[in-house]
Amino acid sequence: MEILDRDGLNHLVDSLLATGHRVIGPTVRDSAIVLDELSGGAQLPDGWGVEVAPGSYRLRRREDMAVFAHSAGPQSWKQFVHPARRKLWQTDRDGEYVPAEEDRTPLAFLGVRGCDLAALGILGQVLGDGPRPLVIAANCTEPGGLCFCSSMGTGPAAGPGYDLVLTELLDPHRFLVEVGTPRGARALLPVPRRSARGPEVASARSQVASATGRMGRVMPEVDLRTLLRDSSAAQRWNDVAQRCLTCGNCTMVCPTCFCTSTEDVTDLTGQHAERWQHWVSCFEIDFSHLHGGSVRTSAASRYRQWLTHKLSSWYDQFGSSGCVGCGRCIGWCPVGIDITEEAAALAAERSGSDARA
Amino acid sequence: MSGDPLLPLPYVVTDRAPETDDTVTLRLKPVRLTIPRLRPGQFTMLYVRGVGEIPISISGNLSVVDGSLTHTVREVGAVSRALCAAPVGTVIGVRGPFGTGWDLPSACDTDVLVVAGGLGLAPLRPVVLAALAQRWRYRRLILVVGARTPDDLLYRRELDEWARREDMAVVLTVDRPTQGWRGQVGFVTEPLSWLALDPSATTAFLCGPEPMMRFCASALLRRGILAGQIRLSLERNMQCGLGQCGHCQLGPLLVCWDGPVVNYAAVGALLTIKEL
Ligand SMILES: Cc1cc2nc3c(=O)[nH]c(=O)nc-3n(C[C@H](O)[C@H](O)[C@H](O)COP(=O)(O)OP(=O)(O)OC[C@H]3O[C@@H](n4cnc5c(N)ncnc54)[C@H](O)[C@@H]3O)c2cc1C
Ligand code: SF4
Ligand code: SF4
Repeated sequence: MEILDRDGLNHLVDSLLATGHRVIGPTVRDSAIVLDELSGGAQLPDGWGVEVAPGSYRLRRREDMAVFAHSAGPQSWKQFVHPARRKLWQTDRDGEYVPAEEDRTPLAFLGVRGCDLAALGILGQVLGDGPRPLVIAANCTEPGGLCFCSSMGTGPAAGPGYDLVLTELLDPHRFLVEVGTPRGARALLPVPRRSARGPEVASARSQVASATGRMGRVMPEVDLRTLLRDSSAAQRWNDVAQRCLTCGNCTMVCPTCFCTSTEDVTDLTGQHAERWQHWVSCFEIDFSHLHGGSVRTSAASRYRQWLTHKLSSWYDQFGSSGCVGCGRCIGWCPVGIDITEEAAALAAERSGSDARA
Repeated sequence: MSGDPLLPLPYVVTDRAPETDDTVTLRLKPVRLTIPRLRPGQFTMLYVRGVGEIPISISGNLSVVDGSLTHTVREVGAVSRALCAAPVGTVIGVRGPFGTGWDLPSACDTDVLVVAGGLGLAPLRPVVLAALAQRWRYRRLILVVGARTPDDLLYRRELDEWARREDMAVVLTVDRPTQGWRGQVGFVTEPLSWLALDPSATTAFLCGPEPMMRFCASALLRRGILAGQIRLSLERNMQCGLGQCGHCQLGPLLVCWDGPVVNYAAVGALLTIKEL
C-alpha cells in the first residue's frame, strides 16, 4: 500500500492522458459536481461538497480541500459505457448495413465509488462486457444524506472490479492507494509515491468503516426480493401513484437503468437510412406499447414495474439487485419520492397483512 | 460479415401471398448469408428500410432447408403495413433467430392439441406441419382455429386440406358466420369444453390474443389437463430480441429470451396480474 499526495493525483491524471486515455472524473459545472472529461487533475472538485435531500441537491464549500467528499451527482458513469444516444448502423445501398464507427480511445474513470462500481458491473452483466475502462475507485469516507450503499452491500468500501482504489486522508491531504489489477499497477508506475505507514492504513480503514454508520438512508431489513415479488397487489402502489408524475427522472439518473428504444431515420432522398438507439424510461406510456394498447397505462403499474424490477425481478433476469443504493433517484425526483421509504411502506403493509392472516 | 447481433442480414421478398384483407404471407430469400435455422415458435426481427423493425414469428415449413424464411404479417401499424405492402424484390433486413421454440418433439407419444386464435395460427403452422411430417411420433393431432369471420381465417386452402385428412381433427369456429359457413360458431374456447380429450396424455399449444389464451388455459385445466402440459406464445413490445432493451418484461421474464413460448405453469399466475 502506498501514499500519493495531492500532486501525485495530478500526476496520475497526466500520465493517463499521456498514455492516450480519455480521463473521466468529477468536476464542478452548472452548480453541480458532474462527470466529465478531464484535461488535468486541477479540474477535480477540491473543497466542494454537496447537500442533498429528497428532490434537492446543492453544492457547498467545504472547510477542507477534500476531492472525493461529495455523494453521487446528477450523472453516473453509465453515460460513458452506455451512451444516451448512439448510432447502431447505417445503410446507403439496399441490403448493406454498415456498423457505426466506435470511439476506441481507452477510458479511465477516476473517483468511482463503491455504489457506482457495482453499477458498472451490473450494466456489464446486462449489456455484455465491452472494452473495460481503467477504474480508479474511491472508497467512501463521507456518505450523503440519500446514500444507502451499506444496505445494498455495495459500499462504502469499493468492492471488486477496480484497477486502483484510493482512500482520501486529510491533515495532511493525501491518498492511500491500493492496487487491484496488474493494469492498475502499471498505471501507477510513473507516479511519485511513497509507501504507506501503519497508522495511515489504519486511519483510512477506520474512516471507511465508520462511513457505514453515517448513511442518510437505510433499506428495511427484509428480503427485498421476496417482498417486491409478493407485493404486486399492495395498496401502496395507489398511494405512490398519487405523487408520482411519471416523469422518468429516476430512471435517467439511475446508474443501472439500461432500457433503450431504437429509432429509424432516413434523409430526404430516402437513400441514406440510419438506426439509432436511445435511453427510454419504463415510466413512458409507449414503453409497453402493443398494437392493442399499452400494457401499463396506470401510474401505479409503471411505478410498480420500476421498483419491482430494481429490487426483485432483476435477480431473476440478471442475478443481482438492480439497485446499488446511490440515492440519485431520491435526489432527482421532482416530488421527492424515496425508494427506501416506499420499500419500508411495502414491508409495513406486508407485515400488517401477514399479521392479519 | 461481423457477428454483431444488432446488424441485420439482407433478404429479398421472392413471393407475396395475401391471406386476408389485412394479412400477407411473405417468402424471403437470403441475398448472401443466412441467419441460423429457426425452430417452430421462434421469431425474427424484420427491418423495412427507414421505417422500422418488428418481431415476426416464423410461419413456414421448417423442414424445408433452402435458407428461405416464411412470415405471415398482419398490418396494424407503420412497419407491419410496410411489410404487407412490400412487393417482390424488396430488400428486408433480418435479425435472429430469437426466443424459445414450441419444442414439439417433447410432446411425442401424447395427443397434440393446437389452439389458435386469429393471427395466432401463424406461429403454430410450423407445429402442425412438423407433426404431420413425423405423424407417427404423436398420437392424435387436433387443431382448433378461431377467427372473427370466415374471411379472417389464414391459410384457407391448407385448412381445408387438413380438414380432409384422416389422421388429424380440425375444428374451425368463427364469431360471426357468413352465408354458407359450415363450421362452428362461437369463441375458440367453446370446442375445448366438448372435444374428446385425454387429459393424462395431451400437450396443448396455444397462440392468440392474451385473454383468449387465458380462457383456453382455464378451459383445459377444467378438463383435467395440467398447467405444465400447456404451452403458449406471448407478445410484448420488443426492440432488440437480445434481452437488452427492457421492453418485453413480464415480471421476472424477459419475453424475447425466456419466451415467447412459455409454459403455463410458469406464467399462469403472472398473467392474472393486471398491467404487469
Ligand atoms: C414474439 C412475437 C411474434 C410476433 N409474430 C407476429 C407474426 O407472426 N405476425 C404478425 O403480424 N405480428 C406478429 N407480432 C406482432 C407484431 O410484432 C406487431 O404487430 C408489430 O410490432 C406492430 O408494429 P407496427 O409498426 O406495424 O405497429 P405500431 O403499433 O405502429 O408499432 C409501433 C412500434 O412499436 C414497436 N413494437 C415492438 N414490438 C411490438 C409488438 N409486439 N406489438 C406492437 N408494437 C411493437 C415497434 O418498434 C413498432 O414499430 C409478433 C410479436 C411478437 C412479440
Ligand atoms: S434505484 Fe435509485 S438508489 Fe438504486 S441505484 Fe438506481 S438511482 Fe441509485
Ligand atoms: S418516482 Fe419521481 S422521478 Fe420517478 S417517475 Fe415518479 S416523479 Fe418522476
